[in-house]
Amino acid sequence: METRELTCIGCPMGCQITVELDGGEVKSVKGNTCQKGDVYARKEVTNPTRIVTSTVVISGGDKPRLSVKTANDIPKDKIFDVMKDIDAAHPSAPVKIGDVIVENVAGTGVNVIATRNISAV
Amino acid sequence: MLKYDIVIIGGGPAGLAAAVSARKSGTEKILILERDHELGGILNQCIHNGFGLHTFKEELTGPEYAYRFMEQVFEEKIEYKLNTMVMDISPERVVTAMNREDGMFQIEAGAVILAMGCRERPRGALNIPGYRPSGIFSAGTAQRLVNIEGYMPGREVVILGSGDIGLIMARRMTLEGAKVKVVAELMPYSGGLKRNIVQCLDDFGIPLKLSHTVVDIEGKEHLSAVTIAEVGSDGKPIPGTEERYTCDTLLLSCGLIPENELSRSTGVEMNPVTNGPIVNESLETSIPGVFACGNVLHVHDLVDFVSQEAALAGENASAFVKNGCKDISDEKGIEIKAVEGARYTVPSTVNTERMGDLLTVRFRVGAVFQDSYVSVYFDDERVMHIKKKIMAPGEMEQVILKKSALEEHAGLKTITVKIEKE
Repeated sequence: METRELTCIGCPMGCQITVELDGGEVKSVKGNTCQKGDVYARKEVTNPTRIVTSTVVISGGDKPRLSVKTANDIPKDKIFDVMKDIDAAHPSAPVKIGDVIVENVAGTGVNVIATRNISAV
Repeated sequence: MLKYDIVIIGGGPAGLAAAVSARKSGTEKILILERDHELGGILNQCIHNGFGLHTFKEELTGPEYAYRFMEQVFEEKIEYKLNTMVMDISPERVVTAMNREDGMFQIEAGAVILAMGCRERPRGALNIPGYRPSGIFSAGTAQRLVNIEGYMPGREVVILGSGDIGLIMARRMTLEGAKVKVVAELMPYSGGLKRNIVQCLDDFGIPLKLSHTVVDIEGKEHLSAVTIAEVGSDGKPIPGTEERYTCDTLLLSCGLIPENELSRSTGVEMNPVTNGPIVNESLETSIPGVFACGNVLHVHDLVDFVSQEAALAGENASAFVKNGCKDISDEKGIEIKAVEGARYTVPSTVNTERMGDLLTVRFRVGAVFQDSYVSVYFDDERVMHIKKKIMAPGEMEQVILKKSALEEHAGLKTITVKIEKE
């Protein structure tokens, strides 16, 4: 039996939640004071995911950096692999919001897309 | 002299939403004055996501949220001037500004909307002892350097203050390869969102030390180390609790202050709690025809509420112009007071005739309250009693007043907002 301690992010209460796991299966969720905490804790211990946002160098634009994000959430343990791929990207202007900058980043099946417009100069 | 119906000072989220709303309310000649080289304000450097859940029902990044409003400004063909610094606003609403192309120029404005936003509390306001080497940045300055200019301020980082910008920068610097050693917070609780504490600190194993502050800064040319210590309930460092961290960067995330130099020189009456103008239900300041919204009025935690508030200011400024710019400042109406746990309210007065069907009164609490009630009194009668599981200084609260309820209480003098245990 494995136990995990979490802080709920549902509201400013920040309940300290204890989850008991057995072979990757959730056995119990304790310490939460509402249903939100239960849902959060179960997802967080079995399949934690995050949106990653960053910037990349861009050539030929009116700005030196382009802000980007993963179009969907990616597994939490892939954050640094995703960052490596993002850092290797080097797009050229012009770029529009939503343009794909990195396809299938770090093999997650998720694209990295632009979050701002940059005009060519 | 140039003439506009409405001049908006600042092209950030507040200024953009105010402009769009004023145009939709039927005002033609609107001008936005922005000192940066692009519209969007601070959102351009807030590249993280989480913006717009209330407004667009999806999580956007800062630049995306700003662009949703910029698009509307472009579609509505609202005029704006970039790289333009406003020098003065006279009580008669003559705006003096300057830029490279036009030099110094003046605009006669039917109404003025203050939307200058806020800035960070600097080191000089924090009384941190020690040397003054390079390597000490406000968190927002570091954010601009990393996200807009593409420079890393340093490699080994200590952060003082657990405001959201500090937390966001802890993650950002970590993702870009820096080592964030500790976040120290003077208060026994964090001013940041729980989500940011978990996703920006816990995810990367960055310790958060509550009730801690910086007691020494080392380094003559560049920062070399920072010492933090625990503070007691008297707010003073406890001897023997010092911990020294070698680092080349110290980020300060110790609160935001509305940027009101212009408002003050115009003679707008200020609220000492918010450091923003005192406004009525129309978000009009003590000077007729001068409105305020967004972080220049009071610091918000969510941009969605800035947009809502700014839209109301735009609508009211438009109504003021249509009404022939009439001075109605003597018809203040009912006073709204914050006492016992509630620190302030925006607005501070409400004139029933001028309000819409509903009026949102925003406020902040002064401490963490659990299982308490937000109560609203009409004079001595309690008319609202809303149970809250938790309230914290870092999260803005609101109550909504109904026009019909106010009309039923003829002769009402004071509305009081307070926090009660039961």
